[in-house]
Amino acid sequence: MATEFHNLQELRHSASLANKVFIQRDYTDGTVCKFQTKFPSELDSRIERTLFEDTVKTLNNYYAEAEKIGGQSYLEGCLACLTVYLIFLCIETRYEKVLKKISRYIQEQNEKIYAPRGLLITDPIERGMRVVSLKKYKLLKSVCMRIVDQAVRVLAAVQLAAVDDRSNTHCNIHRSSSSLAHICLDAH
Amino acid sequence: MSAVMIARKVTRKWEKLPGKNTFCCDGRVMMARQKGVFYLTLFLIIGTCSLFFGFECPYLAVHLSPAIPVFAVLLFLFVMAMLLKTSFSDPGVLPRALPEEASFIEMEIEAANGNVLAGQRPPPRIRNVQINNQIVKLKYCYTCKIFRPPRASHCSICDNCVDRFDHHCPWVGNCVGKRNYRYFYLFTLSLSLLTIYIFSFDIVHVVLRSVDSGFVNTLKETPGTVLEVLVCFFTLWSVVGLTGFHTYLISLNQTTNEDIKGSWSGKNRVQNPYSHKNIIKNCCEVLCGPTYPSVLDRRGVMSEDPSSPAPSVASAAPTTKNCPPAPQTTKSTAPLIPNEHTPDEAKPSIGAGTQKTNSPKEEKPPSSPNAVAPVVIKESAH
Repeated sequence: MATEFHNLQELRHSASLANKVFIQRDYTDGTVCKFQTKFPSELDSRIERTLFEDTVKTLNNYYAEAEKIGGQSYLEGCLACLTVYLIFLCIETRYEKVLKKISRYIQEQNEKIYAPRGLLITDPIERGMRVVSLKKYKLLKSVCMRIVDQAVRVLAAVQLAAVDDRSNTHCNIHRSSSSLAHICLDAH
Repeated sequence: MSAVMIARKVTRKWEKLPGKNTFCCDGRVMMARQKGVFYLTLFLIIGTCSLFFGFECPYLAVHLSPAIPVFAVLLFLFVMAMLLKTSFSDPGVLPRALPEEASFIEMEIEAANGNVLAGQRPPPRIRNVQINNQIVKLKYCYTCKIFRPPRASHCSICDNCVDRFDHHCPWVGNCVGKRNYRYFYLFTLSLSLLTIYIFSFDIVHVVLRSVDSGFVNTLKETPGTVLEVLVCFFTLWSVVGLTGFHTYLISLNQTTNEDIKGSWSGKNRVQNPYSHKNIIKNCCEVLCGPTYPSVLDRRGVMSEDPSSPAPSVASAAPTTKNCPPAPQTTKSTAPLIPNEHTPDEAKPSIGAGTQKTNSPKEEKPPSSPNAVAPVVIKESAH
């Protein structure tokens, strides 16, 4: 088990030396979270412009939905204030719900569109919502890298579950393991 | 396998975060390093309220109404909750750039600057963006290796870039930024109300008792009242003034940092591009806007280095070598350029005019942008 983990870590390390492309934030509408839809030239040979722009536009729409200031956010804010913000111990904020949706969307996009083209999108929340980073893998090794990435996620989730006893970490393990199984089947 | 994993101590990401913060409760609580003034705040609030509940409340509950102490308890609990929420939460710290992102940005800067002749200083690292048809300059942070988003600033006390940085408040023991500004505002507002409440009922109590016993006897019977009146009197001016100042800032959708630096004032300057030009809208955005999540994954588990020996040794926290999600950028490669100043170190004359009262009392001056604040900060920061 330890040696397998060791090999996976080595592979992951070499994967991190692969080329990276960073999509920066677009501040033209203020401090709202929005990413530039300009197609970077480094991805010219890898992916079609429309697919990439669609992904970024969908992400921008999700963030706009999370940060929308309207009736629902006022209600949430006032209710939270009245309960001295204790209500957030019980329910999730709207932003957190949308972030989960975004994370599922990115995983789905990676599996369906980006990984077959040797790319991997990292969720912007892991980079402080500053950039959307795309890893470029060598096309022949793309499937191995996906397996490696997913296996490391599974192991991290298992590790967290051993320490943290919450049910959502077990759900994460289930989700990550099933994605890993899918990727391995695809590789066949 | 599970027995071995439980025996191993897990390293959480907060243990490896750069910056000068202290963390408690396994990463759930995040504060600045200097907490002395925060303890003073707690002591003053809890002490004064205890004296009020001990001396005034029994008399007032009987002679006036039992609702008085009940409302005081509710207000006190609200003040404490807001104080703790402000002090313990992540103000909106931006994680530092990972090495790949930092080198990507460096490459972009070099490409933009072109060739710099030998002996010449390289141009300042600034990126111009257009926000709502105004040109805003984004500065490069040499510590965090990022171009700071608009309204973000680097706090040199906490050594972090904070989004929508307002100021570093020693009374609260934390920075005030995007995520905890509304709690800070509600804290100052409720503290003003509590101070006014205690002060007025102290006076009422003394008056009512003096009618029966005489003024001097009243003070002898309830010595706590004198102390409360003193504390409340000095607190009143500063905290009410601070609340007024922040109400003004909220109505204009400005931060204390921008106000001190005069970013949006003056004829030739850019107008505030973030303001909705409508007081109600500005207030609603700041106070009732969405609750932003923390982008610092404090409680995440760091993946362990498999080459480390004897995983069953519980005391040894395994060190990590490669863990992409954690902000591992070190300070060692930063060039010899000093950090940006925090607003508390700015000139004391700026911003003093917007304050209602400016009495530089030593008992309880708040961390407001007036003449007192820099002195207070420097003392507490030693």
